[in-house]
Amino acid sequence: MSRLPAQPGERIDRSTSVGFSFDGKRVEALAGDTIASALYAAGQRTFSRSFKYHRRRGLLCCAGQCPNCLVAVDGAPGVRACTEPVREGMAVEHLNASPSLEHDVMAVTDAVGGPLTPPGFYYKTFIRPRRLWPLYEKALRHAAGLGKLRASQDEREWRTEYRRRHADVLVVGGGLAGLRAAIAAAEAGADVVLADEGPEPGGRALAEGGHERARALAEQARGAGVEVLSSASVLGSFDGLLPIWQASTLHQVRARQLVFATGVVEQPLVFAGNDLPGVMLAGGVRRLIALYGIAPGTRAVVATTSDRGLEAARALEAAGVEVAAIADLREGRTVLEAEGRKHVRAVVLGRLDGSDERRVECDLLVVSGGVAPATSLIAQAGGRTAYDAARGHFALAELPDGVLAAGAVAGAGDDPEPSGQQAGARAAHALGLADAPPTPPDGPPERRAHEAVPPAVSGAGRGKCFACLCEDVTAKDIHLSVDEGYDSIELSKRYTTATMGPCQGRMCQLPAVRLMAQETGQDLERVGTTTARPPWSAVPLGALAGRPFEPAKRSAIHPRHRELGARVMWAGDWRRAYDYGDPQGEALAVHEGAGLIDVSTLGKLIVRGPEAGAFLDRLYPNRFANLEPGRIRYGVLTSDAGRIMDDGTVCRLDEESFYVTTTSSGAGAVEQWFSWWLADWRMQVALTDVTQGLAAVNLAGPRAREIMGRLTDLDCSNEAFGYLDAKRAPVAGVQALLLRIGFVGEVGYEIHFPAAHGQHVWDAILEAGAQDGIRPFGLEPQRILRLQKMHILVGQDTDSESTPYGAAMPWIVKLDKDEDFIGKWALAHAAEHPSETALVGFTLPDGDVPTEGAAVLDERGEPIGQVTSARHSRQLGQVIGMAWVPAALAGDGAAITISDESRRLRAQVMTRPFYDPDGEVLRS
Amino acid sequence: MSYLMTCPHCGVREVTDFAFGGELNARPRERPTLRELSTYNYFRRNVAGVQREWWYHRSGCRAWFIAERDTRTNDVHWTALPDEVPAS
Repeated sequence: MSRLPAQPGERIDRSTSVGFSFDGKRVEALAGDTIASALYAAGQRTFSRSFKYHRRRGLLCCAGQCPNCLVAVDGAPGVRACTEPVREGMAVEHLNASPSLEHDVMAVTDAVGGPLTPPGFYYKTFIRPRRLWPLYEKALRHAAGLGKLRASQDEREWRTEYRRRHADVLVVGGGLAGLRAAIAAAEAGADVVLADEGPEPGGRALAEGGHERARALAEQARGAGVEVLSSASVLGSFDGLLPIWQASTLHQVRARQLVFATGVVEQPLVFAGNDLPGVMLAGGVRRLIALYGIAPGTRAVVATTSDRGLEAARALEAAGVEVAAIADLREGRTVLEAEGRKHVRAVVLGRLDGSDERRVECDLLVVSGGVAPATSLIAQAGGRTAYDAARGHFALAELPDGVLAAGAVAGAGDDPEPSGQQAGARAAHALGLADAPPTPPDGPPERRAHEAVPPAVSGAGRGKCFACLCEDVTAKDIHLSVDEGYDSIELSKRYTTATMGPCQGRMCQLPAVRLMAQETGQDLERVGTTTARPPWSAVPLGALAGRPFEPAKRSAIHPRHRELGARVMWAGDWRRAYDYGDPQGEALAVHEGAGLIDVSTLGKLIVRGPEAGAFLDRLYPNRFANLEPGRIRYGVLTSDAGRIMDDGTVCRLDEESFYVTTTSSGAGAVEQWFSWWLADWRMQVALTDVTQGLAAVNLAGPRAREIMGRLTDLDCSNEAFGYLDAKRAPVAGVQALLLRIGFVGEVGYEIHFPAAHGQHVWDAILEAGAQDGIRPFGLEPQRILRLQKMHILVGQDTDSESTPYGAAMPWIVKLDKDEDFIGKWALAHAAEHPSETALVGFTLPDGDVPTEGAAVLDERGEPIGQVTSARHSRQLGQVIGMAWVPAALAGDGAAITISDESRRLRAQVMTRPFYDPDGEVLRS
Repeated sequence: MSYLMTCPHCGVREVTDFAFGGELNARPRERPTLRELSTYNYFRRNVAGVQREWWYHRSGCRAWFIAERDTRTNDVHWTALPDEVPAS
């Protein structure tokens, strides 16, 4: 490993070595190296294989701007080697080459693939015969791309956290201008955040002679209280909220003033072979030398349009690299072609008309095609750019209120600090912290070195000239897309995918616009740019997703279900016992002895206050104000359009308090609905959501009463504790509310009690019922049992169009109530206009259970309804279900045909519960 | 869409803390015609400009309150509990 003598301001620490592996081979690095600088120092020149043609790609920008050095680190793809610091023991692997980076079989696409793989080739070349597309697709997906995600996501090496940060000023970009702006605002008293992509602030100055100044300013900024975020990528600007990705944190910064000091992006040149390893931007060359003490080559040629290339030539010479030739476009000469199979061996220089051609052997070609102001984030924040013909790029033209720009992105020249100072002072003034800064005097205009505007392409016809390195789009591809009619930059972008790769247009937006202008004969202003879209920097989706957050609610009794072998499933946010392995047997146990189900998931609200009854009367279509304390009534909630929203039981605890239960999945919505109307009506009512605080179980079956008798001193006889009565009494020593209701069709007690005692009460009931053959039952057997009773499940048997009339519950609507209630007018209308469809039950001979959602057909085979629930009932020895059918068929004994995929089933309509239709069992 | 909103109980929060409850929509006091009922249930003014609307502090105190907001700029002029709403 050879390094130059110590460079002033270098980032590496030559006394500390770090080891990591690249494709399994050990690489020695120095502390402060990036993966790329260490590999380059170790002689690596090919860093990746390109997206489509699998061409070799080497270091180009050394600043995280281009796609050329993307690698996988410890299995995670998409890491930029040139900005990722080395860590001891990290495993770095190449992407998109097989079997190895050196020998990539898919490189054949580069040699023969041109005619086969024009833009949109997947719609053209590989489309016929159509039946082969799945094969093509598989092969193409394998061939293309920028690396593979691991198949399994169960091991996550890191988690990201969101952090909200409200600041007075956010400065984006930590170059000299950004630092200066941050200092000016902070010293005026503003709370300032500065976000910078680099590992330390300073930007270009760090590698170009200004490191001492940069480090002094960084220290001054920190001293002034600026929060400096390093290695932090601002991803976009969303109505003033700027997400900033920094390692395992996604900062979400909102600031009253935004200062963008995002600088400029040095542009490559478009010529034949411009993607060969050994072609490097002037800025990249200077970074390798100054920050990492690496000589980028031994014999260099420079092709430039400005002084940047000349400065790089001087830096190379100082580092002992021979500069063999300089082609300065300002003198009419540029590069036409880079030659070499694996790496640059020689370049062809000449005039644009092809004359004065000269071939120079070299192992490094330094290119500098001018700069593109990094305006993308500013455009997202509402700024506008316009074409600057003198500089050949799109420059800032307009900024919205609260948005400032400073430094090179705002057009500042060699000394960006005054513009930073000005921006920081203006931000402070806008915040009311300082007087308006004096307008800078109109001195003599800053002398600017002349720059030449590069041609769209040079050396066309000599080989592939890449406009977009990320997506392997050549100048010829853009020509072809215009030929095929995609003649606007936005269309061409979508067709060729130029600018849509990991560099996000940093390297290719301007070249693509120039090519489009050349192909269409328009000027660049007219061609315009593509819309700047987030993310400005490539970011792992995991960083955006944040911490895995799938809230799961579990009842207090949940561990018992696990111990009893329950199959657990999601029910809304809840984890619930689906069954304990034998749904039919569990259902039968409820008919024959007793069953116990955990219904803690039910929504539970206490409605209390002098107007509690009146409040419920206004919310429900039926009456509650006249409910006796200690009694229970079923209720259906409807919207003001008369549609069923939820159902449950309402129990009057005393004169001023009601205990309302809702469906498990509707609990949140009902609480929100109640509190909304309460806010509007402002009645003397208090709502308390006790859903999470109370556990609930339902003990049901012919033996339930005896079992209750063993658990409580309460007189459980039917005379003392009848159907729809509510009592408060200790159960197994725990104070509980007992509701005698019958969702599952047998004598049953719903017992509500403090959740902390969940497992104790559950255990006590199972123990007390052991001699009666009590079994725990899950959600699935409960669904069988409730279907036997034709008790609807809101959302399963009803949808957003269902009214109580259609759902065969006209008795629940009390239109003669004196008070207005939600849904009254819509229900009055529905009462006068009979529903065209009705919810009915049906039976089938034992055997086929239709799929829920299966169609009900008329005699011509046209669909006229659908099945909402269907189950086999072992108790009844047949298949039962519910379906929406035309009103004309909603009579007992009507025959309906159910179409379930290839089967046709003949079913018979039933309008009364299949089990215990008169409720004699329930009331006994 | 991203802006700040002030909960009358909890103070300034990101708008993602809240649920939108729709523009204020006066409930008919007398039995409406079917057309009036449908308008009330299904049609909204959907103004481009300043309107009063319901908000719910879903990830906070769970209070319903009223905000006056410019739908074009998302400038929230004020928020208030229903019985503290300034006269329009």
